[in-house]
Amino acid sequence: MITIQYLVQQAINAISIGSLYALMAIGLAMVFGILRLINFAHGDLIMVGSYTALLLLVIGLPFWVAALGGITASTVVGLIMERVAYRPIRGAPDVAMLLTSFAVTIFLENTAIILFHPTSRPFPAPPILSSVITLGPFRFAILDLIAIVVAGILLILLTLFVTRTEVGISMRAASQDLLAAQLMGINVNRVIAYAFAIGSMLAGVVGLLWSARVGKVDPLMGFYPVLKAFVASVIGGLGNLPGAVLGGYVLGILEILLQGLLPANLTPFRDAFVFAVLIILLLFRPNGILGTTEREKI
Amino acid sequence: MEPTSRSSKKVYLPSTGLTLVALLLLVIIGLVIIDLVASAYIQRIVIGIGISIILVVGLNLSNGLTGVFSLGQIGFMAIGAYSASILTLPLYTKSVNLPDLPGWLANIQMAFLPATIIAGVLAALVALIVGLSLMRLSGPYVSVATMGFLVIVQVILINWDTLTRGARTFAGVTPYTNLWWVWGWATLTIYVNWRLARSSFGRKMIAIRDNEIAAQSLGINVMRSRLLAFTISAFFTAVAGSLWAHFIMSFSPKSFYFAQTFSVITMLVVGGMGSVSGSIIGTVSISLLSEILRNAERGLDISFIHIPPVYGASQILMSIIFVLVIIFRPKGIMGGREINISHLWSKLFPIIDEEVK
Repeated sequence: MITIQYLVQQAINAISIGSLYALMAIGLAMVFGILRLINFAHGDLIMVGSYTALLLLVIGLPFWVAALGGITASTVVGLIMERVAYRPIRGAPDVAMLLTSFAVTIFLENTAIILFHPTSRPFPAPPILSSVITLGPFRFAILDLIAIVVAGILLILLTLFVTRTEVGISMRAASQDLLAAQLMGINVNRVIAYAFAIGSMLAGVVGLLWSARVGKVDPLMGFYPVLKAFVASVIGGLGNLPGAVLGGYVLGILEILLQGLLPANLTPFRDAFVFAVLIILLLFRPNGILGTTEREKI
Repeated sequence: MEPTSRSSKKVYLPSTGLTLVALLLLVIIGLVIIDLVASAYIQRIVIGIGISIILVVGLNLSNGLTGVFSLGQIGFMAIGAYSASILTLPLYTKSVNLPDLPGWLANIQMAFLPATIIAGVLAALVALIVGLSLMRLSGPYVSVATMGFLVIVQVILINWDTLTRGARTFAGVTPYTNLWWVWGWATLTIYVNWRLARSSFGRKMIAIRDNEIAAQSLGINVMRSRLLAFTISAFFTAVAGSLWAHFIMSFSPKSFYFAQTFSVITMLVVGGMGSVSGSIIGTVSISLLSEILRNAERGLDISFIHIPPVYGASQILMSIIFVLVIIFRPKGIMGGREINISHLWSKLFPIIDEEVK
């Protein structure tokens, strides 16, 4: 029985998941836009943020301190990752960079497994986050609303940053043409560091929202979300920031739709369908649903 | 080989074919010795290396020759392992472990070789079908799309309970795999890769890898060459899957995922993509290294010093080595070249040269 309540709740659900995908996809798109690097290790920044927040919560700090700590940790690890692994291979073939990010993922995940044990741990988010408010016939999970609002605010700030600040404009220049940007006197190292810092910060925020949503953390928690976010950024056109956001929301809606529409015996195959969509998109719209077709220059 | 200024030198050097036969004999003698003398532990390591060689050389066939970097090969290994194991499983074990199999599969019990070949052909067919679309992509897109394929295979393995027992362990596989099966298949894989690289198809593949547009404008059918490499590669990868399944005896979908993918890619990248000898050298060195690390990981007791076990440390070290190789030697140990046998001979036996003079 499909009621209006059901539809509205599913829509909120879709937009809230979509917000998380959008925030992750931005991080991937920023780095890809400039370096043509698909950073798989982006997902592990989510894990780093969540575990740091968990540690701070366990030693008894208030939630907002833990949250800030988690976001800071993600940012710092993201910057270190760029400096240690990605800067030395800048300009290497795309595939070499992709494989390096694969190696960084293996490194971070196994470090987390050694430090924190491979099994998952409960994430004690404040109870208010998991409560539900009732508005007339509708019931909303607070966490969904928070995710939507936080993502909205961050997206506005990000838009301002990219269009109004000097670093933001340099970043767009660098993603147009890295070499030309460098010749125009843009400090590319600084711009790339900013791109990583912002992407990692967003990953930290996603980490908190994600852990609060599923109620637990584990060393491999970031891998699937980031694969999905990657699908989102492909939907929007790799390296295209507004596209990444759009792709995030489209993916959120697509997932909820698949969940609702697939016959019950096929629901476990949902992820397979999501990745099948990825492959189909890569084949027919490699520049995303927004992108224009661009011939390879000779 | 090109004759050098001292043309008489050539007379005393054995031909490449002869050297290969000699190498093959050497390998056979080595295997006989290992089979007769070595401990079970050493034999297991040698079998493991052989299987890895099939995987890495198989990967080199597609990734190294055509430059299409597939991250989904382990999906074919999974297809090989599961389908061959279903075919060889003893009927009784099958009725207990996989009670819901359709009748024609439930009542079949094949020998190892035909099962392995069927598994390979099946994977090759899958590769042909998915390759028709995937091989149109290039650069990082193809890597990501093939990774999507790996995820899809994983999801299907976990959810197709009647065939795979889902996420549970698939056990009871008969341990048919031995030194001879593994190294026989490894030799065949190496031979096929070596021949292919020197065939007109191989030259086309390398041309595509080095400059796709130029190759295309010379009339090379990019799609067909890539698809051929991808399909042959899938065949051997699935064969390795079957060998591995009948060696390890029990496995689950998780055995065929990113950890395995990364380990095979590490071997290929460390050895040097595009080179068969590089693939072999990379495989042997990384296999031995990870064996040593795995032992160290279990913890050490050296007189009074006790190092506690740290599981995962070997993976960490591998990832560091991987990044270092990409930074400092991006083309791997062999740098994409092959060991030049005649050159090696003249280096090993410089006296022959002197006598000629």
